[in-house]
Amino acid sequence: MGEPLLSIDDLHVKFSRSEDEVFAVNGVSFSIEANEALGIVGESGSGKSVTLMSSIGLLRENGKITSGTANFQGRNLLKLRPKQLEDIRGRDIGVVFQDPMTSLNPIMRIGDQIMEAMLTHQYASRKEAFDRTLQLLQEMGIPDPKSRFKSYPHEFSGGMRQRIMIAIALACEPQLLIADEPTTALDVTVQMQILALLQELRRKRGMSVVMVTHDFGLATNFCDKIIVMYGGQIMEKATTDQFIREAAHPYSLGLKRSIIEVGHKGKEILPIPKTAKTLTAVLTGCPFAERCSYTTERCHQEVPRLRVFGTDHEIACHHAEEVACHVR
Amino acid sequence: MSAKPLLRVENVSKTFRVQGKKLHAIENVSFTLEAGKTLGLVGESGSGKSTLGRMVLRLLESDKGKIYFDGADLSKLSKVKLRALRRDMQIIFQDPKASLSPRMTVGDAIEDAMAIHKLGTKASRRERMTELLEKVGLPAEIQYAYPHELSGGQLQRVGIARALSLNPKLIICDEPVSALDVSIQVQVIQLLRDLQKEFNLTYIFISHNLAVVEYLSDDIAVLYLGEVVEQAPAEELFKTPTHPYTQVLLDSILRVPESPEQKQEMVYIQGEVPSPLNPPSGCTFHPRCPYATDICRSAKPLQRTVAECHVAACHRVEETQNLLMVNAN
Amino acid sequence: MASTVTATQSPDTAVSKQRRRSQLYQGWKRFKRHRLAVIGLVWVVIFVLAGIIGPWVAPYDYRTGDFLAINQGPTWKHIFGTDNVGHDMFSQILYSIRSALIIAIGATLVSFIIGIILGLWAGLRGGLADVIIMRAVDFMMTLPGFLFALILVIMLGRGYLSLILAIGIPGWAGYARLIRSLVLSMRDGEMVEAARALGASQAHIARRYMLPNVVGSMGVALAFGIPGDLIQIAGLSIFGMGLRPPIPSFGSMIAQASENILGFPWLLYFPAGIFAITLLSFLFVADGLQEAFSPKGGN
Repeated sequence: MGEPLLSIDDLHVKFSRSEDEVFAVNGVSFSIEANEALGIVGESGSGKSVTLMSSIGLLRENGKITSGTANFQGRNLLKLRPKQLEDIRGRDIGVVFQDPMTSLNPIMRIGDQIMEAMLTHQYASRKEAFDRTLQLLQEMGIPDPKSRFKSYPHEFSGGMRQRIMIAIALACEPQLLIADEPTTALDVTVQMQILALLQELRRKRGMSVVMVTHDFGLATNFCDKIIVMYGGQIMEKATTDQFIREAAHPYSLGLKRSIIEVGHKGKEILPIPKTAKTLTAVLTGCPFAERCSYTTERCHQEVPRLRVFGTDHEIACHHAEEVACHVR
Repeated sequence: MSAKPLLRVENVSKTFRVQGKKLHAIENVSFTLEAGKTLGLVGESGSGKSTLGRMVLRLLESDKGKIYFDGADLSKLSKVKLRALRRDMQIIFQDPKASLSPRMTVGDAIEDAMAIHKLGTKASRRERMTELLEKVGLPAEIQYAYPHELSGGQLQRVGIARALSLNPKLIICDEPVSALDVSIQVQVIQLLRDLQKEFNLTYIFISHNLAVVEYLSDDIAVLYLGEVVEQAPAEELFKTPTHPYTQVLLDSILRVPESPEQKQEMVYIQGEVPSPLNPPSGCTFHPRCPYATDICRSAKPLQRTVAECHVAACHRVEETQNLLMVNAN
Repeated sequence: MASTVTATQSPDTAVSKQRRRSQLYQGWKRFKRHRLAVIGLVWVVIFVLAGIIGPWVAPYDYRTGDFLAINQGPTWKHIFGTDNVGHDMFSQILYSIRSALIIAIGATLVSFIIGIILGLWAGLRGGLADVIIMRAVDFMMTLPGFLFALILVIMLGRGYLSLILAIGIPGWAGYARLIRSLVLSMRDGEMVEAARALGASQAHIARRYMLPNVVGSMGVALAFGIPGDLIQIAGLSIFGMGLRPPIPSFGSMIAQASENILGFPWLLYFPAGIFAITLLSFLFVADGLQEAFSPKGGN
């Protein structure tokens, strides 16, 4: 496999608020290989988006990366100047957000916006960029690309806008696509269309995808690898197949159990008790300890480190073995 | 089945004017709902499901059709009578924060609901408010909090407590869990289910999430561009989805596989959701339908009974059902 | 059964009874963080106090001059000096504060009340009333308010009441527009829809739901209104259209002093300086209020 495409190591991110600090990401490490789809799953406040966005320089004003590295093609992204990052984003790394309306320019024709992505990165000449834009629109399943080229974002539906966002992200044929809840705001049938599209593009171009989502169903069906985050830490990391077969972190299991799926009618579903807390102090134990039914003294006193649990499978839990026995 | 229905909706329609064009938000929708039961309304954005919920409460006036609630014709009620009747029919919103006043403590918000209907004394209302908070699983001291101090799940519980404070018969739940985290969704849904049992509540449960709707509903109506395309008891609908749109919806659900072999393929669905301002001719689903023929493009399909209590508005019901059988075998 | 669905509150949302008054308290905490606003508030308080008790503590009457001390610089007897007829400038300023405050607050209230009525009417009624009122707002906004006030003073005279009306009447448009937009954003919002669903009457919705949510913004608008009107009063006085002499005012003092700026500069320094500091203080306070109570500043 050689060098991973992107490898993030021991990332820590902090947000300062008026009265306190929030420890959003607390030592996250993972890597992604070429032609791989990685899903980062977690609930709101788990640090899943912050992890990804901070590594490509899209951190909110009040956030600060306190340590860590993010190596992409031999360069540490966290050390680059904003200008250099802008060069990489859009050219080598495509980014898609949850709400396309906030990142599309409302007063610019969508064709021009796609072309601009290529022109600013000197990826193509004007003529080539124009042809490629039409081709991209076609690939995205947007009917009649020539006339749609001249349309403005508000003339499209939510699903169409998301496709345009993806077209912009893919314009320079990046090796890596970073997508933050790309289909959350969309209807299920439209979600299916977009995912099918991404799957197809991945096969054709060998592109890697990192997708942040709260949806286990999406992650397990679309991605090759899964990372489950909670309290700014990775709780479990595995290939999807391993994860489906033998997920063993109490949080992953709790989440899987608490999803209501078709066919669950009449079944008693056991939700994870309580709600997640915002971390305003350095962790001294497992962030999930309060909500976990396997908690012992040790969980409150010692932060569990991510450790190898099986082939292609890592878990951060003091009691993973016990939990695994319990489940099987 | 012999019981008199609590709610009867007959051929209601609603048209909005948008940019000088007519938008048929709801067209010719009918259903009945018995006390203690739950009707699920499923549909994607633009299907009119929230509009329909608001029409049932007469928060929006229908253009055509009749709605009978507890025997009374809603459209004939005067404003004053309608306000009094609101005690019996309540709504829970998708965004509980937006539905509460940011300048009112949540305790006051619940109490105000009772004060509007002059229920009890101030002291007895406060007492009942505290009871209700406990009932929905919130600690009593939360009554002094303002909405911005609470989480989405807590706020939704407050919204439920406020609705319950009036002892309603019918509660319309408009996407009550869509904005919540997965683990909180289940908590709220189970709360709704338990409350229904305890108080014999009748629900209209509106959601785009089929699994959640199935979990709570007795009957399900699938809406597409303002029309009911299929309606059936929940189990029946999931066992024999007959309208092609229902089938597409079901196929689009991504489930967590139980084994790696069960991983789903991403299937490309043709066509895009049409704008409700400019709906397709004939059957509004025909541009996205794999079974569409000429008749689908020209004539609007009527609702046809495909089994007991199971209707579908499709010209090609026989074919879709046959295919289903073939797939099952 | 209920045990499976019990949500326990997390510590940051556990709310104690003592925090009942938290909205005001939180606002005050946010206000305090704005240092300039706090300094401004101190000055505004001193200024208002001076306006209230000024006539009693003023060492000299504003009408009588000391002919033995004409155009004097600051001395212990006349700490801000005297003018060309021997008026004690310190006393003159104390009296001016009172008149300026009365007119500014009065005028702001007049604008505000007209604005609230028309804004509510436009926002709640909609339709033709809305169109007409909003056209009127546009019209008023294009007029130079000062000129309008000047004309009104000429028509109404130069008493307290006429000045209040002259400055107040042209100022309603801004308030009307603000109220209308606040009302509109709420009228179709989910909060009002929820209240309707509860069975609340229009009056109840306006009183319990809409009003508490606009007072913050209205207070801020009022706070911004007062310094604006202070400037107008001074402007009118400079043009000789303020209160009739011998009632002193900042405007007339400044106008007189600037004729003689080289000879007796203290006559300008004190009134103009105090006036400028006061304006700034009011603006800082308004700014602080905005930060503390504007709807966006929730959390």
